[in-house]
Amino acid sequence: MNSEGIIEVRGLHKTYRMGNIGVPALRGVDLHVDAGDFLSIVGPSGSGKSTLFHIIGGLTPPTSGEVRVAGQDLMALGEAGRTSLRRRTVGFVFQRFNLLPNLTARDNIAVARHIAGVPQKPDPRFEELLRFLGIAHRLDHKPNALSGGEQQRVAIARAVVNHPAILLADEPTGNLDTENSQAVLELLKNLNEQFGQTVLMITHNPEAAQYGHHTVHMRDGRIVERTSRGQQTE
Amino acid sequence: MTFKLVWENLKHRPLRSLLSFLLIAVPVTLILTLVGLTNGMIQDFQHRQKASGADIVVRPTNASAALNFGSANLSQGFVQFLAMQPHVKTAVGVLNHSTDLFLTIAGIDLPQFTAMSGPFQYVAGGPFRDRDDMIVDRYYADQQHLRVGDPVMLLNHTWHIRGIIEGGQLSHIFVELPILQELDSATGKVSEIFLKLDNPAETNAVVEELKRKMPENPIYSMEVFTSLLSINSIPALRAFTLVVVAIGVVIGAIVVWMSMYMAVLMRTREIGILKSLGGSNRFILSIVVLEALLLGLGGTVLGIGMSFGAQWLIHAFAPASYQMAIVPLWWPIALFIMLASAALGALYPGLTAARHDAIEALAYE
Repeated sequence: MNSEGIIEVRGLHKTYRMGNIGVPALRGVDLHVDAGDFLSIVGPSGSGKSTLFHIIGGLTPPTSGEVRVAGQDLMALGEAGRTSLRRRTVGFVFQRFNLLPNLTARDNIAVARHIAGVPQKPDPRFEELLRFLGIAHRLDHKPNALSGGEQQRVAIARAVVNHPAILLADEPTGNLDTENSQAVLELLKNLNEQFGQTVLMITHNPEAAQYGHHTVHMRDGRIVERTSRGQQTE
Repeated sequence: MTFKLVWENLKHRPLRSLLSFLLIAVPVTLILTLVGLTNGMIQDFQHRQKASGADIVVRPTNASAALNFGSANLSQGFVQFLAMQPHVKTAVGVLNHSTDLFLTIAGIDLPQFTAMSGPFQYVAGGPFRDRDDMIVDRYYADQQHLRVGDPVMLLNHTWHIRGIIEGGQLSHIFVELPILQELDSATGKVSEIFLKLDNPAETNAVVEELKRKMPENPIYSMEVFTSLLSINSIPALRAFTLVVVAIGVVIGAIVVWMSMYMAVLMRTREIGILKSLGGSNRFILSIVVLEALLLGLGGTVLGIGMSFGAQWLIHAFAPASYQMAIVPLWWPIALFIMLASAALGALYPGLTAARHDAIEALAYE
């Protein structure tokens, strides 16, 4: 770790309380991600991938350790600070798309802008992104009228509408068929390459993980291996 | 955008929204009907008093409240005395007997009453002929399905309908004064005396002069007398209105609480999504409260519409006993009451939604 990355995690622990019992989910995670990286995170269920995501995304606070995201110290952030982080610094893409079912695709995207306090005015860069995502003609449909692939594209559009520093994709292809999975992965890759978007992606699929520049392997709440594309263990 | 989100939520489950509107509309209708009945009956009473043609009303000494129909404590001898006073053209003693909250039988001397009010406009039949004759207006006749010649049992006495009049003067039901006095054990007594002056411009001067001569009796010009009749002059009615308003607030709050609590449960996942997008607790709370306020607004509008229905029903089934006015002045009051109830009812579900853990909410099935 020579220079400050967009994500810096050192000695991160997270313990969930189940009544009087503490259940450790992360047991000392160190992670460095540079701006513009595409990082894949793989590991079995319960290995702590999602918890790491949730902490980096500001959905839950760390128990101990050091976490800096785009220069912000998450240990020092309260709930309001983490809410603010979710508005502008990170964007989420979920396995189940998580679009608001009552709103059209356009309004699903507009809600994210509204919450972030971004004026609802034309954004040429985002318009270009919509064309790039191939959903410009489907924006007036509600999620139940969209295919899984289209819903995930809308979710990606919503995640990046406020130009977040980091895009967190949690099993983005988990609910898609092979063809749509590949299309979504290509989109993430192109977002990373053409727009310089930093992407962290959780996946169970080794082929999907190959889209990342790097892959970290997690087990039992720890990162046990880090590989770069086309390389062996770092 | 917040409004659109809330509006789409309401549209998404139309049956639930409609049911909530309807349940909120019930207390609104209740409040507006009560207020409408109170105002309607007071207005009707005022109109009837004014339509009697009298300029001055002389009340018994114990008539502290304006609405005091049942007593017969005024000696009939005062009628002659008052008839002889300067500017008094006609003095008419009337005995009132309440049969309902606002429905009274008026015992009158028909020729005297005609001299003051003008002749009755008969729709059917004609004036009294026998001592058991009764004249009713068409509202009472409609309400009781009466025709000329029909017997009517009132005051434990069988009357016969002699005439049906257009109505609007003093009472819905008229009988001869002596027989009502006899039935009421009030021979020689009347409830109030109406005076018609030769020059209405002298009303205040005559009132002052009569007050000097009859200091024990409440004496009013008709203008003042009718203005004394308001909700505030009937303490029990004001308390009753407050109780109904309070019931409305409680019902409204419970309905909104239940509706929004269910909505929050059903939308747990959506709340998680909004939180993942950076929606603050205040934003989540504002969505729930705004939806509740819209339910309150819709319920109030529906309730106002339903109050017109209540008015129609009352007019159709009890036109003589009850008169309901539409009181637009109370629409914003009802709206405020319901919005306050809705906000109150939405507070707990809203805070519950705002406090949802984002990760748990996103995992909610």
